Amino acid sequence: MKKLNYIIAAFLVMVWMPSMGQTPKGSVLIKNATVITITQGTLEDTDILVENGIIKKIGKGLTANNVTTIDAKGKYVMPGIIDAHSHVALDAVNEATAPITSEVQMADVVDPYDIGLYRALAGGVTISHAMHGSANAIGGQNITLKHRYGTFNPEDLFMKEAPRTIKFALGENPTRVHGRGKNIQPRTRMGVEAVIRNGFNEALQYKKAWETYESALKQKGATPIPPKNDARLQTLVDILDGKVIIHCHSYRADEIYALINTCRDFGITNIVFSHVNEGFKVAPELAEYTMGASVFADWWAYKFEVYYSTAYNAAILTENGVITSINSDSGELIRHLYHEAGKTQRYGQLSDEQALALITINPAKQLGIADKVGSIEEGKQGDLVIFNDHPLSVYAIPQMTFVDGVKYFDLNEDQNDMRIRVSANEMVEPIFLKEHDHNCMHGVDFFFTNFGRNLFEHSH
Amino acid sequence: MALVLLPMIAQAQQFDGEFIKPRNGKFLLQNATVVTVTKGNIQNGSVLIVNGKIEAVGTNIPAGDAEVIDCTGQFIYPGLFDGGGRLGLVEVNSVPETQDFSEIGNVTPNMQALVAVNPNSEAIPVTRVSGVTTTLANPSGGIFPGTAALINLNGYTPDQMYAGFKGIILNFPTSARRSTWDRRSEEEVKKDAERAQKNLNDIWERAVKYQSMKAAKAELDYYPEMEQLAKAVTGELPLLVEVNAASDIEVAIKWIQDKGVKAILTGVAEGWRVADKIAASGLPVITGPMLSIPTRQSDRYDAAYTNPGKMAKAGVKVVIRSNDAENTRNLPFNAGFAAAYGMGKEEALKAVTINAAEVFGIADRRGSIEAGKDATLFVSSGDPFETRTQIIHVFIDGYRVPMSNRHIKLYQEFLERSPGLEK
Repeated sequence: MKKLNYIIAAFLVMVWMPSMGQTPKGSVLIKNATVITITQGTLEDTDILVENGIIKKIGKGLTANNVTTIDAKGKYVMPGIIDAHSHVALDAVNEATAPITSEVQMADVVDPYDIGLYRALAGGVTISHAMHGSANAIGGQNITLKHRYGTFNPEDLFMKEAPRTIKFALGENPTRVHGRGKNIQPRTRMGVEAVIRNGFNEALQYKKAWETYESALKQKGATPIPPKNDARLQTLVDILDGKVIIHCHSYRADEIYALINTCRDFGITNIVFSHVNEGFKVAPELAEYTMGASVFADWWAYKFEVYYSTAYNAAILTENGVITSINSDSGELIRHLYHEAGKTQRYGQLSDEQALALITINPAKQLGIADKVGSIEEGKQGDLVIFNDHPLSVYAIPQMTFVDGVKYFDLNEDQNDMRIRVSANEMVEPIFLKEHDHNCMHGVDFFFTNFGRNLFEHSH
Repeated sequence: MALVLLPMIAQAQQFDGEFIKPRNGKFLLQNATVVTVTKGNIQNGSVLIVNGKIEAVGTNIPAGDAEVIDCTGQFIYPGLFDGGGRLGLVEVNSVPETQDFSEIGNVTPNMQALVAVNPNSEAIPVTRVSGVTTTLANPSGGIFPGTAALINLNGYTPDQMYAGFKGIILNFPTSARRSTWDRRSEEEVKKDAERAQKNLNDIWERAVKYQSMKAAKAELDYYPEMEQLAKAVTGELPLLVEVNAASDIEVAIKWIQDKGVKAILTGVAEGWRVADKIAASGLPVITGPMLSIPTRQSDRYDAAYTNPGKMAKAGVKVVIRSNDAENTRNLPFNAGFAAAYGMGKEEALKAVTINAAEVFGIADRRGSIEAGKDATLFVSSGDPFETRTQIIHVFIDGYRVPMSNRHIKLYQEFLERSPGLEK
């Protein structure tokens, strides 16, 4: 009997195995479109064949058997938009309990039911970087998501090929939460710099302790005691070893410059600065020493550290050779990143190619996934958006969005209510007149209230 | 000795660069496509500006002694209105010392936004170079948080900026949740709404009583709140009724009709759900931003984009607002989204020009490019709703305002920084 159970169990595992970790891959042939490849120019009247989730061929007069064919004559196809800074589909954002919480993983709190995923798809966004908040100098580890909306399994959303990334944060948020909120370091930008430096130095000691132990093990007859395992320090070691990309919430030029110096001292080159409103002031340094800047198109003055900003930030950074992307940090903005990219033409007159790179290949580079997504090239993943007009026009409306060749948004098949989970005990649906965006300071806004009012309507 | 030296020191002082000031005068804008809004487009058209007014619009207007500005290949539009926000009332949103939009107290209709408008806010020149020339400064907070004022974005005193409209804001009691953090039970939400509704009626009754006693020439105690509300009772000032949830809109319409007040609906996020009822009421609507998420998770993803178009199609007079402060410059893009999602370009342009002027009661001098109206207009390289379009000149009350602000100056300073990487 026991044996039979074992056999049944083994059989079930065998049946189950192939479907585990296997996300849907689709095939589609898009015909006669204006194809904005991003990396290889814009091709008129061109076809794209996606097979099993991968772009197989780009050219004219392509045919394929048993593949859905879409006539996109008069329409524009661009790569799926990538948001390098988002908090969509996260149940929690801030583990604001210590200035360093590098052991925390956003992968543990992914919410596949978030309608924000569908709304992002309806804005052509296929990949978002689901980040820890900005309460801590060194926050948690982020997770890169592919918007395979409809699954109940959070893991189906993970872009497993993406490298590990971690959130850092400088300036007002960590100093207010820890220094002013709890009377511990950091309370100033000096403190933030020191906390990060101390963290890296402790990590080096931790690494050395393990190396000492490992080499002692090799001694004949030795019985060394292993050091205490520490996930927090191990993550910092992984950063020092180049296995994790830092994405650092930052605003002012001085704090950006300070972290660039810290990273140079520790030999870290995998660092992207996020928001980075005063990045334009240290553009030459960002170009020389970092993986670039991920900015807002025009946000400023919502707090003091962004008062001396300019909407020309993205243009100045781009013209200085900084890898630059435009991110949302917002469940609202993520729906129209193509429009945000368009603003760099108002503010700095970037070319169409430069502007669209800000939301495709450049964020892909910053997330370490540019070999797989971010442009329309043969061999890359079939993440595509079809627009009715040039995507930088304010009148452009996304028509269809594909992830791995599977269609997740179709303007003509939208069912109005696209929730995949509806609460059974919800008698009357709530109306959220001031819907809270998914943002950086989620969960710690109580540090920012005064007279019972939330002072941070934009609390990034 | 010192007295003698002082003027010499002053003379010796040298500054680099020239400060460009707003400049009044006679200007002839030539060879443009004039988008009049009310009377079609004029190809190869010209606009003559004299003493703050549009003196003439047409073709082949003689320049006389006017300064000629060639606008070949360019477009002339009337200055855009933003139907409501906080521009001028806040400098840095998170710094309480710079927040002048929200007073203490629930019934403070006597709080005058115009008094607190900071003419020197950095956000004003940042905004006006977008072609947005006129904005409604809204106080916020309690049920009657204050009196909003329409301002033009040029001038050094609030009076120089005042654009001729005021309205008393009423935050209409809501039966909806305030945000995702609002954890009240259904019953509590309902009870709170009923309580707030009763509170509103009590306040209003008091205002009506105050007004009737005042009309009867009774000697009244100093009561600034009722003194101001009485102006809404008589219709001297309209009520700007902020209301968003569909069921609240219906209640508000009925309330406005019962009380017989002059009113404008604002917010109206769920207007599309009850568009026919709003149209039947004849009440105008100031709505926005379009660039916001739907009010309900079950709503279609584009519910906020399509809202103004649906209301306009039902016959509602629609004005668009950004409801922003420092990024009021995004108003034209909100209008662009409204246009793309059902409103159409022409109607969206009206929603930020002539409709606004009509709703604010100043259409005799604003909202279109016509001879005799105020010279508040701008010249652009194309459609001002498109991000790729450049705004080239802006005139406000005949003043040619400098196309500069801190954002532009930082661009000029840092595009090619000196010293660069190496010093």
